[in-house]
Amino acid sequence: MEKMVNIFLFGKKYEVPENLTIMTAMEYAGYQLVRGCGCRNGFCGACATIYRIKGDKELKACLACQTKVEDNMYIATLPFFPLVKQVYDIEKVPVNETVMMQLYPEIYSCIGCNACTKSCTQDLNVMQYIAYAQRGDFEKCAEESFDCVMCGVCSSRCPAGISHPQVAMLARRINGKYLAPGCGHLEDRVKEIKNGDFNELIEALMQKPIEEMKELYNTREIEK
Amino acid sequence: MYSERFQKSIAAVEAAREKNIALEPQRMTAQQKEDLLATFHPDYKKDEFAVLKIGANKGDKVPTELAEMLQAHSRITADSVDLSNPDYETDVLIIGGGGAGASAAIEANETGADVMIVTKLRIGDANTMMAEGGIQAADKPNDSPAIHFVDAFGGGHFAAKKELLSKLVCDAPEAIQWLSNLGVEFDKDADGTMVTTHGGGTSRKRMHAAKDYSGAEIMRTLRDEVFNRQIPVVDFTAAIELIMDENGNAAGAVLMNMETKELLVAKAKTVIIATGGAGRMHYQGFPTSNHYGATADGLVLGYRVGAKLLYAETLQYHPTGVAYPEQIFGALVTEKVRSLGAKLVNVNGDVFMHPLETRDVAAASIIRECSERGTGVDTGDGQGVWLDTPMIEKIGGEGTIMKRIPAMWRMFDKYGIDIRKEPILVYPTLHYQNGGLDITPDCMTTNVENLFVAGEAVGGIHGRNRLMGNSLLDIIVFGRSAGQNAAAKAKNVTVGELTLKHIEKFENEIAEAGIDTDKVSPKLLPDYTNKR
Repeated sequence: MEKMVNIFLFGKKYEVPENLTIMTAMEYAGYQLVRGCGCRNGFCGACATIYRIKGDKELKACLACQTKVEDNMYIATLPFFPLVKQVYDIEKVPVNETVMMQLYPEIYSCIGCNACTKSCTQDLNVMQYIAYAQRGDFEKCAEESFDCVMCGVCSSRCPAGISHPQVAMLARRINGKYLAPGCGHLEDRVKEIKNGDFNELIEALMQKPIEEMKELYNTREIEK
Repeated sequence: MYSERFQKSIAAVEAAREKNIALEPQRMTAQQKEDLLATFHPDYKKDEFAVLKIGANKGDKVPTELAEMLQAHSRITADSVDLSNPDYETDVLIIGGGGAGASAAIEANETGADVMIVTKLRIGDANTMMAEGGIQAADKPNDSPAIHFVDAFGGGHFAAKKELLSKLVCDAPEAIQWLSNLGVEFDKDADGTMVTTHGGGTSRKRMHAAKDYSGAEIMRTLRDEVFNRQIPVVDFTAAIELIMDENGNAAGAVLMNMETKELLVAKAKTVIIATGGAGRMHYQGFPTSNHYGATADGLVLGYRVGAKLLYAETLQYHPTGVAYPEQIFGALVTEKVRSLGAKLVNVNGDVFMHPLETRDVAAASIIRECSERGTGVDTGDGQGVWLDTPMIEKIGGEGTIMKRIPAMWRMFDKYGIDIRKEPILVYPTLHYQNGGLDITPDCMTTNVENLFVAGEAVGGIHGRNRLMGNSLLDIIVFGRSAGQNAAAKAKNVTVGELTLKHIEKFENEIAEAGIDTDKVSPKLLPDYTNKR
């Protein structure tokens, strides 16, 4: 006999097995999810959820697919949050803090309350990565924010109206495109291919009978 | 922390760890692999397949659950939709908002074409987002597209369409460059050299990664670019039927708002199916690593208008799905865990295979341990084998796991398992649809004009099995190409009168074949309500 717990979905009480996640508990209760459910594996940020355990003052945030239910859990899902996403041309952005001043000036209104960090469903140091963005330190902002799934809970808690995930997205793209070291062997290979250097080899492979391909495959040298 | 029931086996794994790290297990011979697959791989279980009675692949076998959807009724009748006044008109209509759809949209937009994306969930709710391990490209000096070709062709059992595979491997380095230029953060050394590893069945280290968020990093960047280009994205709107024109060419789709069920009409000069995979069909009752909407919709849409499928009977069961704890049962444990040195170990602490065999072979080998050999680990809910993750820290040094596979650490940490110190339990999970719609190298279906396909809904790029890292690659290479070609084609298309006559034709075929079904398709979403 599995142990049951009481949970409250949008205030309504349901009894569900204690080993379910919030997401599977909603389905157990009879919800056919359309919103608030994406990858079901903690990567897509579709299932941001706010909850409070009865008697506890603290409001907690999590991903519904990654969190087990608890007894007396009051649950409200946040399947959409109106983040501000500014439009820009990645080919033309200035690679310094002025880009943040132009596109996301509200980050300079951060009051340092740290509500974003406390609410992060991925346990990221959100306020810190915003501080890096303010200074135009995009490499550090990118590193600190890398595991962000853009669920938007941080922004829902922010008194300054910052759209943290979008700020980080911009920082990562600038870092990936402009600040990370270029890759010589990649550029060389693209040139060689465009130059047709491999055409004959590939053409020869495509003409080979299957038996020869099998021999080639089964005896190929494998890099250690 | 694992409960008491696992402790004896864990002790055996720990005791053998040093010896197992040093061990270089034999790779299987071609004959050994063949025998193993024939006995233990799910694709070879004859009673799990049905023969199609109608359509372009009449007489072919496909998984029973897929046959049911391919031979089901349409969700609509022709007279329930007014085609004379389309809600949307565009040059290129892209169905699906994953990596392939987004890449196609960006490239079509780049040519100046009008393009729009419709997607039944949100843009980015896709298997692309969940790809962890990496993306292949032969860009190192000791590697070449030709070597990549041989690896993929052999790994796919010599069944790939060669012209598709050669395009995949030859366009791979440029795909990486394109992503880099969009700002995707690949793992690099200080001098810019890509950090690359092996995947199962690769003969060179050509797996590029962005930690173990490779797909997520690619997907969120593509999505951001789609938004920057202000390409219309109609979300929570599924395509439920293709629209043809009087000349028999694809010319749009009937859409359904997933929440209000309102029907809408999109008219287009060319259509790209980029609907992804089928894990949520749960073939043979397997759990899946796929996202919520992976229900083979594109195959159904295409099949109903006469498009041909290729290798729809071949599925990929990823060898390492989570077997325990039950809350994340079936979730993906990236192959990169094995690339970094972790080996597969049975209940007695014995390494039973080389960790980097191809996925089909590895899955079959794990199933053999857990069935015939009786050396699996009983999880309480089923069976699994150990993937000895602490080996990674011993081989790569302390901190390797947090640096290279933080998502894996996080996923298990939530259930009190520290993968740096404790091994994890795995069992195959339904991961990838090897087969799909048959296309030419320009991404158009072989027999329906103006209907293009990209991504997991394509069949034939990989053959009958796919190597790790070649799917993230194919969604970029073929996604971009589909966008470019569909946009170019659209310039010379004059759409004739729209029609849904094919629905009636298909209904007649169902009746004539004596198929008695109350199912409608596409499936759109799995039904998990009121179930465990």
